[in-house]
Parts: sequence; C-alpha cells; structure tokens
Amino acid sequence: MSENKTDALPLEYSTHQGQMNIVGFWIFLAAEIALFSTLFATYAVLFGRTADSPAPAELFEAGTVLIMTFILLTSSFTCGLAIHNMREGSLKGLMVWLALTLVLGLSFLGFEIYEFVHYVSEGAALGSSAFWSGFFVLTGTHGVHVTLGIGWMIAILIQLKQRGLTAVTTRKVFIVGLYWHFLDVIWIFIFTSVYMIGMVV
Amino acid sequence: MQLDEFFVTGEPLIYAGMVSIALVSATVIFLLTYFKRWKWLWQDWLTTVDHKKIGIMYILSALAMLFRGGVDALMMRTQLAFPDMNFLNSQHYNEVFTTHGTIMIIFMAMPFLIGLMNIIVPLQIGARDFAFPYLNAVSFWSFFFGAMLFNLSFVIGGAPDAGWTNYAPLAGSELSPGPGINFYLLGLQLAGIGTLATGINLMVTILRMRAPGMTLMKMPIFTWSTLITTFIIIFAFPILTVALALMTIDRIFGSHFFTLTGEGLPMMWANLFWMWGHPEVYIVILPAFGIFSEIIATFAQKQLFGYKTMVGAIVIIAGLSFVVWVHHFFTMGAGAFVNSVFSITTMMIAIPTGVKIFNWLATLYKSKIIFTTPMLWTLAFIPSFTIGGVTGVMLGMAAADYQYHNSYFLVSHFHYVLIPGTVFACFAGLIFWYPKMFGHKLNERIGKWAFWLFLIGFHLCFFPQYFLGLDGMARRIFTVGPEWFTLNFLSTIGAFVMGLGFIIFVHGIIYSFRFSPRDIEGDSWGYGRTLEWATPTPIPKYNFATVPEVDSHDALIDMKEKGETTFDRSKLKPIHMPSYTGQPFIMMAILFFASFALVFEWITLAVIGLIGAIVMMFIRSFDYDEGYHVEVDEIIETERKARRMTDDE
Amino acid sequence: MEKKHSKYPINHIVGFALSITLTIIAAWTALSSGLPTMWIIITIMALAVIQAAIQLFMFMHITESGATNAPWNMMFHAFVIAAIIVAGSLFVMSFGFTHDHGGGDHHEGGGSESHEESQEDHEGH
Repeated sequence: MSENKTDALPLEYSTHQGQMNIVGFWIFLAAEIALFSTLFATYAVLFGRTADSPAPAELFEAGTVLIMTFILLTSSFTCGLAIHNMREGSLKGLMVWLALTLVLGLSFLGFEIYEFVHYVSEGAALGSSAFWSGFFVLTGTHGVHVTLGIGWMIAILIQLKQRGLTAVTTRKVFIVGLYWHFLDVIWIFIFTSVYMIGMVV
Repeated sequence: MQLDEFFVTGEPLIYAGMVSIALVSATVIFLLTYFKRWKWLWQDWLTTVDHKKIGIMYILSALAMLFRGGVDALMMRTQLAFPDMNFLNSQHYNEVFTTHGTIMIIFMAMPFLIGLMNIIVPLQIGARDFAFPYLNAVSFWSFFFGAMLFNLSFVIGGAPDAGWTNYAPLAGSELSPGPGINFYLLGLQLAGIGTLATGINLMVTILRMRAPGMTLMKMPIFTWSTLITTFIIIFAFPILTVALALMTIDRIFGSHFFTLTGEGLPMMWANLFWMWGHPEVYIVILPAFGIFSEIIATFAQKQLFGYKTMVGAIVIIAGLSFVVWVHHFFTMGAGAFVNSVFSITTMMIAIPTGVKIFNWLATLYKSKIIFTTPMLWTLAFIPSFTIGGVTGVMLGMAAADYQYHNSYFLVSHFHYVLIPGTVFACFAGLIFWYPKMFGHKLNERIGKWAFWLFLIGFHLCFFPQYFLGLDGMARRIFTVGPEWFTLNFLSTIGAFVMGLGFIIFVHGIIYSFRFSPRDIEGDSWGYGRTLEWATPTPIPKYNFATVPEVDSHDALIDMKEKGETTFDRSKLKPIHMPSYTGQPFIMMAILFFASFALVFEWITLAVIGLIGAIVMMFIRSFDYDEGYHVEVDEIIETERKARRMTDDE
Repeated sequence: MEKKHSKYPINHIVGFALSITLTIIAAWTALSSGLPTMWIIITIMALAVIQAAIQLFMFMHITESGATNAPWNMMFHAFVIAAIIVAGSLFVMSFGFTHDHGGGDHHEGGGSESHEESQEDHEGH
C-alpha cells in the first residue's frame, strides 16, 4: 500500500499512506470547524448574559489582544517558512523556524494565562455568569489546542533530530503545520467576534 | 465515600443485576482460564487492527447492548401492562427509559451499523483494510469503554434519569445531583470520540482506497450511503462533543451554560442537542437504506432501479438533516416564523425519502424475488417504515405538533422509523453478510421464525401506541389509568413477542454455529453483485490477493462474465499489512479510568488518567512500526486453501 | 502555486503582510472608525473571512494536487455548517420575537442579521 511512490510531488505526499494521512487530517480540521462553530454559537447566544459580573467592554484590553494576535500571526508565518524550508530540503532551516514557532506559541500562551488571571481577579471567572462561561470555554478551548500543538511540535522536533527528512517525518511536519495555521484561523475569528465585537457592543 | 453510596442499594432488581453480572464475569474468566484462551483473546482480538475482526467485535457488543436495552424495554412494558402496576417505582422507571433510549441509539444502532460498515465497506471497494487500521482499533475501544462506563451506572453510583435527551435544567447539578448524569455525559463523550474517528477513517478509506476503475458513481450503494453517513458524522459529532462538554463543565466546574442561575439558558441545551440529534437520526437510517438497497438488488436479481436518484436522495437527505432540528422542540416557545421555517424543511425530507421508497418498489416490480430471510426483513421494512414516515410528516406540522408532542403518538412514530429502519436493517445485514464473517450461513428456518415473531410483535407493540397517544397518554409516565388498559396490554404482549423473536434469533446463531454446513463458495447466496462476494470464504486477512478492475457498480457480475477472480497468479505481489498492537486498548482503558474518576469528580485521578492517555499518544508518535509483508508464496497457499483448489489449477 | 519551487518564499511574505494589515484595519474599524455598530460588525467579519482565506490558500496549500479535492470540498462544507450552526442558533434562540432580553438592542440586531444568513443557507442546501 505504502510503496507506490510518485516523484513529482513533495516528499510528504510521496507515499499513498502519506497522502491519506494529509487528507484525513484535513477532514479532521473540518470537524474541528464544526466544533469551534458550536462554541462560537454558544458564545453568541449567551452574549450579554453577564448577570452581575463585569461587562466584556470593561475588561477587554485592545493592546494585549493585538499583541497576542500579532504573535500568533507571526508564528503562523514562521511555521509556513518552516514548511518552505522543508520543501527546499533544508533540515536545519526547518528545525530553526519550527523552534521559533514554538517559542512564539509559548509566549502567546503566556499572554493568555496572564489575561485569564487578570479577568478572574476582576471578578469575571468561569462561574461568574453565562457570558463569562462562554468566553472562557471558547478561548480556553483554543488555548488547550495551542498547548497540545506545542507538545506535538516538540515530539516532532525530536523525531526530526533522530531521523532527518523522510517521507514520514515530512508528513508529520506538514500536518502539524496545517494544525498550527488552523489555530491561527480560529484565533482570527476569536479576535474579531469575541474581542473586537465585545469592545464595540 | 461510603461503600453503600458507591454501589446502588435497596432495589431487588438491581441486586439481581449485580448477581448476574458477577456470575457472567466469573463464567467468562473461568472459561478463558480453563480453555487457556487468555493469550488467544489478547493476540487475536484485543490487539487486532483487522477491520473484519473489529467489525465482529462491534456487532457482538451491539447485540449485547440490544439485549440490555431490550430488557429495559420489557421492564417498562411490564410496568405499563396493568393500571397502577407496582413493578418499578417512578425513579427506577425514569432510569430505565433513559438507559433504554441512550443504549439503543448510541450503543446499539450506531455500533451495529458501524460494525457492518467495518466489515463490508473495504470489501465492497476492493481495499485491504481501512486507511488507518490503528485508528480503527482506537475507535472500537473508545466505543467499547464508553458503553462499559455507561452500563456501569446501574450498579455503581446510580443510572442517569433525565431521559436520553438529558434536558437542562433537569439534568443540571441542582436538580440531578450525584454521578448519574455524569455517567451519561462521559460515557457518550468517550464513545463519541470513536465515532468521529471512524467517520474520518471511513471517509478517507472510501475516497482514497477504491479499486482501480471504481469511480464514485460506480460504488455499491451501501458504500455510498456509508460515505454520506461519514459526512454527517464528521459535522454532527463535534456538536455533541461540545454540548456534552459544556454540561460536564456546568455540573462539575460550576459554569452557567444551561443553568437557571447566572443568566444561563437551559433551552440552549435542547438547541445544541438536537443540532446533533437530528443528523444522528440519519446516521442510523442512511446505512440502513444502503443495506436494504443491496439486499433488494441481490434477491430481486435486478440492477437497483434509479441508482443515480438513489445517490441524489441520500445526499439531499443528508443536507436537509442539518436544517430541521427545531422540529424536536416546536413547543419550546419559539415564534410562528421560526417554527414555520423548520416545519417546511422537515416536510421536505419526505420527498427524497419517497423517491427511495419508489425506487425500491420499482426494483421489485416484475422481478423474480428470492424469499430469503434478509429479503423478508427488507420487504417488511418498506410498508412498516412508510407508516412511520407518514406519521412523521404529521408530527412535522408545527401547529399540529402541539397536540402530538411528547405523547405516545410520538413514541410510536420514532419506534416505527427506527425499528423497521435500523433494527430490521441490522438483522437483515447481519444475516445477509453472516457467511462472509463466519464462513457459514444462519439457519433459514429458525431465521424465518424469528422474523415473523419479531414483525408481528413489533406491530402489536407499537400500532396501539399511536391510538394511546391520540387518547392523550403522555410519554414517560410510569403508571397508566384504567381507560388505557386494553391498548397498553396489547402493546406489552407485542413487546414480549418481539423479545421471543430475539431469543429465537440468538438461538439461530448458536444452532447455525454448531450445525450449519460450512460454505465453500465465496458468493455464498449465489446472487451476489458486488466485490465482497468475490473474495473467498473465509476471507484471507489481506482480503484481495489481486484487486480487480471495476467498471460498473455490479462489479462481481462483470467479473463472472469475464471469468475473472480476485486471485490472478500473474499479478501477485507481496502485500503490506499493519502490525497488531495493544496500544489502542491500553490507551482507551486509561481514558476509561480517567472518565470514571471524573464521574465521581475525583479530579486528581482524572488528571492523572488524562496525562496517561497523552503519554500513550506520545508513545504512538515515536512508534515507527512499518507493519510487515505477506509474501507471494503465502498468498498462493492461503488462496488455494480458501478456494479449495486441489490439483495444479 | 505549489509547483513553483522558488527559493524565495514570496507567497508566505505576501500572506503575512496581508494578514498583519488586515488585522490593523479590523482593529482600527472597530476601535476608532466611528462607524455604526452594525457596519463595524459586518466589516470586521468580512475581514476575518478574507484572512481565513489567506491562511487556507497561501499558508496551508489547500489546493495542492497531492491531496485531491477532498480538503477544499470539506472546508467549503465546514464553512456552510458553521454558518448554519451559528446563524441557526441565533435565529432559533431569538425565538423569532423581538422582545428585549436585557442584553440591549445590539444583541437583537445580531439576531435579525443572522436570520437572513440562515435563509441563504437553506437555499444553499
């Protein structure tokens, strides 16, 4: 099954199994879109239901959110460069850019944790009201995804170190790349519909 | 925590349940030890990644769940047989209808169909396994442990009692404290992971592993219905995942999604639940349609009438299934406009479904029908299901629904679609493909007895319930008044006749295991049309020694005309196979313990379990096992044995 | 796109520059443009969709031939389903009435907008 190679395609597509893994992951991402849109729907329906906790506009800070957004956008860019280097056949370039992506992901998480702690100290926690439940679970789910993505990238970096660029490792890098870009897409929608709209309305 | 809080106490029926669980477990352990079968169990079954074996395990689990759900049903019918019966108290009755519904939908209907898909779909498309065999094993064990977790609830901690729809605020922590609802939430969550993974797995398998020449429009119709079902699974199950997670967070971590306090919105639960729940109905009915289509084409000995419209109808049903969910709660208080929109989309579903009914009838028209048992189930399905469908259109009219809602009219309606639709299809599909799974047919005489008893029992049980509903008998009440006695009593008799039918069916399995002649033909019924019948019986582990070229959706008929088989010596090559592994079983066992801990809100233990599961994923990531190859000599030997070739053919 | 094996990752740089620019435009629109709320929401949601498309096409190589057309097909349907889930929930949970939940007018505005979207979705299917 996995032996029929085609040379015209990049290494990660070179085996039938590799192609199937990539297609499978795209389908998984489609399911993830349904998952996040359910969370967005819940957030939107519960919007304004703050009971006696603070309103979002009082707590959201444009500065922090913009920094987080730029960090994540940059990490998506570095991740894209990592894939580009991989296709050029540069293991070193791939690992450097991937490590940089990792660092940016970690700093994003740092900001997010800071933000959550700050909100909780201001009296807006998971159990404060329906609105804040929706907020924390939506952004928290994204945060958990980022955390998993970081762990996954570390595992792949170790494997790259051990095995270099093979059909299997390049496929793994490509898939984790897809995942990372996807998290960026979700963040764009969180940035827009949670923070920006939350500050306007 | 005291031991008497942990175990359910004070109910004689549950004590009997505990004793029987203990006895059955002890017997199984004794038999495995006595016959020295532990190694066999682990090496051949628990670690398998073979789609055929996983499919068999799915079906066995589903049959066990059918038994459990059926016992629940009989208990309910006993309680309702006479006015003011005192067999179950109200609490126990609530638990029984909750577990009956949940088990039948989530742990019986879906796994049964997924089991059939597991075995048949790769065979129908000429594939040697799933796209991701390892993931397939993960899916099965996640379903299995999810089902175990849910079933544990009736002896440990207490069963969920808020209905299979688990509506908030009743299911919230204030009105339903204790572990019962947590069992529901986490059992479904665990099983749901597996269902989603199977959906992705099957979709990639169907899209990327078809035999050469088999374009999408040349796929067998069961494979088509599976493909569309996986599409629904992929988009509907994440909604359930989120809904369950939100309620779990509500109950355990104190958030306010569906609570009455903190401006939560209990109705949002109904909204999310049915946004998954309605597509779910089609997840269990579309594969059933596929099975019936295959059986009708086979035993009417004709090409399926209107193949393209059949595919189109499935696609349209799948699309519509995502835009009708509000019809489950027309009475929630939405305005006329909201209800009207969903009333219209609901009634539109009747159109493609009607197309399918007419296609089946047109296939049967002027054909020479072979009355085998699977064909009997199929022929009984058409009129019975139509009754269910027509009453569904009645329920779909929002204004009229205010009268029917939550009455026995509704109960009868959904049993009329789910039993003739899904359950008949499960029986029909199991009997139809049984020879491919076990190498022998089921006894036809016993099978026909089981069929007639089940069919008569079914109509006797549920037809009166339409009239009970119109007489005003509400769903989920645990005692009936004398004015409803006659119809209820008839209904109970019907239920027991169905139970008898099931027992005879199981008897048929045991009888056939001992006495049925072992098949020698790959095409066991002699009328096969698609590739699964092209393989020899028993099916070699690699399925196809050589994968044939396909150029119509009745691939086997073409092969027979050309005199081809799936064993072409000139084209043999070593076949790549995945290795068996215990990782999926261990990973899901760990998640089972994590979920169990979370049910009792032992957070530390749950976190430890979760970390264990993540460690298992890392182990998997670093596992570069490439599988092995079956060499040409071994293939020749296997095929010669399976095809009973004696001389130098 | 993927066939060009250029040494210089021009696609990525253009995509990155565009996404940063679009973010800044969205932030400016929301925080200091002074547009009516409804227009702000429409504008920044449109910008978000464009950004998502940039990620999909310029970074994620969604049209690459190795993976056939299943990816973009599923992504397309995922966006349709997402619209149904979000707009449908808002539509249903608004109950079709225009009474005030205490959440203010804006919330209701969101409801009636999504209402039109969900109509489109029904036809789309």
